[in-house]
Amino acid sequence: MLDAVFLIPAFPLLGFVSILLFGRRLGEPKAGWVATLAMGGSFAASLVTFFGLLGEDMENRRFVQTLWEWVPAGDFSVDVGFLVDPLSITMTLFITGVGSLIHLYSIGYMHGDQNFSKFFLYLNLFAFSMLMLVLGDNMLLTFLGWEGVGACSYFLISFWFTDPANASAGKKAFVTNRIGDWGFMVAMFLTFTTIGSVRYIDIFGNAGTLTTGTATAITVLLLVGAAGKSAQFPLYLWLPDAMAGPTPVSALIHAATMVTSGIYLLTRVNPIIAESSSWAPELIAWVGAGTALFAATIAVAQNDIKKVLAYSTVSQLGYMFLAVGTGAYVAAIFHMITHAFFKALLFLGSGSVIHGMHHDQDMRNYGGLRALMPITSGTFIVGWLAIAGVPPFSGFWSKDEILAHAYEHNLALWLIGLVTAILTAFYMSRQVFMTFFGRYRYADVRPDEVALVWENRIQHVQVAATEATAAVETAETAVAQAGEKLEAAQAKFVQRETELAEVDPTDEKAVEKATKNLAKAQDGLASAGESIPELEAAVVAARNSAQEATIAVDAVRAEAEAADGSVDGLSDADLPEAVVERREFHPHESPWQMTVPLVVLAVAAIGAGAMNLPFTKDLHFLEHWLEPSLFHNETALSSGGGTLWVLAIVAVVGGALGIAAAVAIYLKGRVDPSRVERPILARGWRYDEAVSDFMGGPGRKGFSLVAWFDATIVDGLVNGSGRLVRSVGAEMRSLQSGLVRSYAALVAVGAVGLIAWFLMRTSL
Amino acid sequence: MILADLVLTSSYYLVLSAIMFAIGAVGLLVRRNPLVMFMCVELMLNAVNVTFVAFGADLNDVGGQISVFFVLVVAAVEVVVGLALVVAINRRLPDATADDVSLLRG
Repeated sequence: MLDAVFLIPAFPLLGFVSILLFGRRLGEPKAGWVATLAMGGSFAASLVTFFGLLGEDMENRRFVQTLWEWVPAGDFSVDVGFLVDPLSITMTLFITGVGSLIHLYSIGYMHGDQNFSKFFLYLNLFAFSMLMLVLGDNMLLTFLGWEGVGACSYFLISFWFTDPANASAGKKAFVTNRIGDWGFMVAMFLTFTTIGSVRYIDIFGNAGTLTTGTATAITVLLLVGAAGKSAQFPLYLWLPDAMAGPTPVSALIHAATMVTSGIYLLTRVNPIIAESSSWAPELIAWVGAGTALFAATIAVAQNDIKKVLAYSTVSQLGYMFLAVGTGAYVAAIFHMITHAFFKALLFLGSGSVIHGMHHDQDMRNYGGLRALMPITSGTFIVGWLAIAGVPPFSGFWSKDEILAHAYEHNLALWLIGLVTAILTAFYMSRQVFMTFFGRYRYADVRPDEVALVWENRIQHVQVAATEATAAVETAETAVAQAGEKLEAAQAKFVQRETELAEVDPTDEKAVEKATKNLAKAQDGLASAGESIPELEAAVVAARNSAQEATIAVDAVRAEAEAADGSVDGLSDADLPEAVVERREFHPHESPWQMTVPLVVLAVAAIGAGAMNLPFTKDLHFLEHWLEPSLFHNETALSSGGGTLWVLAIVAVVGGALGIAAAVAIYLKGRVDPSRVERPILARGWRYDEAVSDFMGGPGRKGFSLVAWFDATIVDGLVNGSGRLVRSVGAEMRSLQSGLVRSYAALVAVGAVGLIAWFLMRTSL
Repeated sequence: MILADLVLTSSYYLVLSAIMFAIGAVGLLVRRNPLVMFMCVELMLNAVNVTFVAFGADLNDVGGQISVFFVLVVAAVEVVVGLALVVAINRRLPDATADDVSLLRG
C-alpha cells in the first residue's frame, strides 16, 4: 500500500496539467470540480498510505520510494524520492484534507471571476509543490517544493493584479521570502559538505558526526529559512500584506499549509538541532515567543477582518516555534494540525462574510450578522472558541501542551505565552463581537460620510433661505409698483383739480364734467392707497422669514460643528446615495459549496483535540505516532499531574479574562474601544515603515555601493579580459600574411621545434 | 658485385625517406609555382609512406601498410581540391605565383 505514495502529489499535478491544457474550455465551474477531484484523489491516496504505515510495526514506519535519479553529479547525487514516515504523512493528511475542502469552497467563492480556471490552476500547482515539500526524501526536493509554494503564493496574492496594491503585495512576499531561502540554501550546502548527502535518511544517520559548531550553524540558517516561510520576526511583514489575495488562498496557503513548512522543516531536522549547542533551540523558542506576543498586540487594533486573522496566524506560528525551540515537537505538530483546522475555518468564515457583504472587509461596518448568516456565524464561533483556548475545543489542548513545555523550560517564555493567550482570546472575541453581535451597522452612515450628510442638510436649508430672500424681493417690487401707481393717481388728482379751477364757472356742463372727473380721480387715489399697507405688511413678513431662514442656516452649520461625527436627528432626505444603496442591500448566507467546508472544518476544530489528550499515556496518540520521526529528541514533561492541572486552569482563566474584557468593551460598551486600539498598534509598531525607511535610505546607499562595485570592478574585469584578447589578436594579425609559403615556413619551424623538444625531453 | 653484398636494412629506407622529405620540404619553401609546390607536398607524403612501409616490414606489423592507404586516400583528396584551386587561380591570374595570392591577409 505504501507504493501508492507517488499518487499523492501526482493527482494535483494531473489536475494542474489538465487545467493548463483545457482550463478555458472547461470554464466555470467544471475547472473547479476537476481541481477539487484531484485534491480528493490525493487525500484518498494519503489515507491509503496512512493506513499502510499504521499497519507496519513502529520500527518499520519509514519508507523511501525512489522514482528516478534527478541530479547525478559525481559525489553529489539527488533522487526524486519520497520519504514516507509519520511526520510526512501527518502533514500530507491535513494538507490534502483541508486543501480539498478549500478547493470546494473556492468554487463558491470565485463564482463569476473572469479568471476562474486560472485560480484553480494555481491552487493545484500549489498543492503539488506543497506535497513535494513535505514528501521529498532530501533537502533539495524539499527546496524545490519550497520555491514552488513561494511562486504559487506570489501568483495567488497578486491574483487580482490589476490593483497595483495587490501586485506589490505579491512582490513583497516574494522578495521577503528570498532572504529566508538564502538561509535554507546555505544550510543545505553546509549539510552536503559536512555529511556528504542531502538525503534525510543520511542526515538522520550521520547527524551525530557533526561538530557542535556546524550543527548550530545549520540550525540557525534553517531558522532563517523557516522564519521567512513561516512569517516570524523579523521576516513576518509579508504575511499581513498577503491578505490581498482571494480569501481561500489566505486560508490554504497563508494559514493552514505553506506557512507551516518552516515548522515542518525544523521538526524534520530534529537530529541536527539535538546536536547543536543549546543556544540555537533557545533562539528558536525566543523568536517564536517574541513573534507570538508582538503579532498578538498588533491584532488587537486591526479593523480589517482578514488582517486580524493574518496577525493571529503570525502569532500562532510563533507558538509553534516556541514549541520546537523547547523540544516539544509533538506539541508543535499538534498545534499545527489544530491550527490548520480552526484557522482555515476562521479564514473561510471571514471569506463567507466578505462574500456576503459585497467584499467589504471592514469590521466596523459589520455587526449583527448572526441572524443573517447562521451557518457562517455558528461555525465561526466554533473557530473562535477553539483559538481562544476554551475547553474542550481543539485549540485548548494543543496550546496548553505548548504552554506546559514552555513553563518547564523557562518561566519567562511561559509568561509570554500566557499573555499572548489572553490577547488572543481578547482580539478574537473582539472580532466575533464586531462581526456577528451587536447592532447591524452596515446601513449606518460611516464616519467619512457624516460630513457629506451635513453638507446635504446645509444645502437643503440654504435653498430655503435663498427662496425666502427671493420672496422678499418680489414683495418689495410689488410695494414699489403700488407706490408708483399711487403717485400716478396723485398726479391725476392734482391735474383734475387744476382743470376744475381753470374751467369757466358759467359753463355748467364743463363744471359738472370737471367735478365728476375730480371725484373719479379721488376714487382712484383712494383705491391706489388702499393696497399699500397690505403689501408693506407682506414685505415685513417676507423679511422676517428670510431672516429666520438665514438664522436656520447658521444654526444648522453650528449644529454640524457641534454634532462632531454624529448624524442624529437628520432626515433620510439628507442621506447620500451610497447609504441609501446599502440600506437596500441584504447580506446573505453563502452557497452550499462554501458552507459545507465550514461545517466539516468546524467539526474538526471541535474534535481534533482528541488526537493527543493529556490525561493518560495511552491517550497520547499523536506522540506515539510521531515517535519514529523524532528519534527520542522530544522532551518529556517532568511535572506531575497537579502542576499541569494548575497550568491548564491558569490558561483557561486567562482566556476567560480576555473574553470578558472584550465583552465589556465591545458588547456592553463599558470602555471606549480607542483606549485599547492604540494607533501605534494599528500601524504594527511602525515596523513596516521602519524597514522601508531603512531600505529607502541607508540601505539604498549600500545597494548603490554594491551596484557600483558590480558595474566597475566586476564588469571591468570581464570587459578588461575581452579587451586584452582583442589587443593581443590585433598584434597577431600580422602573422596571417596570406602568403602560403610563409605559413609553410612557420609550420616547418614549428615541426622542427616540436621534434627538438621531444628529443630533448627523452634525452633528459 | 658490390651490389650483391648489399643487405637492405630498414635504415636505407629511412634515409631515402628523409632525403625525399627534405627535398619536398625545401621545395615547398623555395619554389613559387603552385604546381611545383603541390608536387613537393606529394613528395613529402610519399616520404612518409616509405617510412610507414619500412617500419611495417621491420616490426612485422601490417598496420604500417594500412596507414599508407589512408595517406594515399588523403593525398588523392588533397590533389583534387588543390588542383581545382590551382586551375581556378590560373584562370583568373595567369602566370601567378603563390606569393601573388594573398587575399586572406589578416
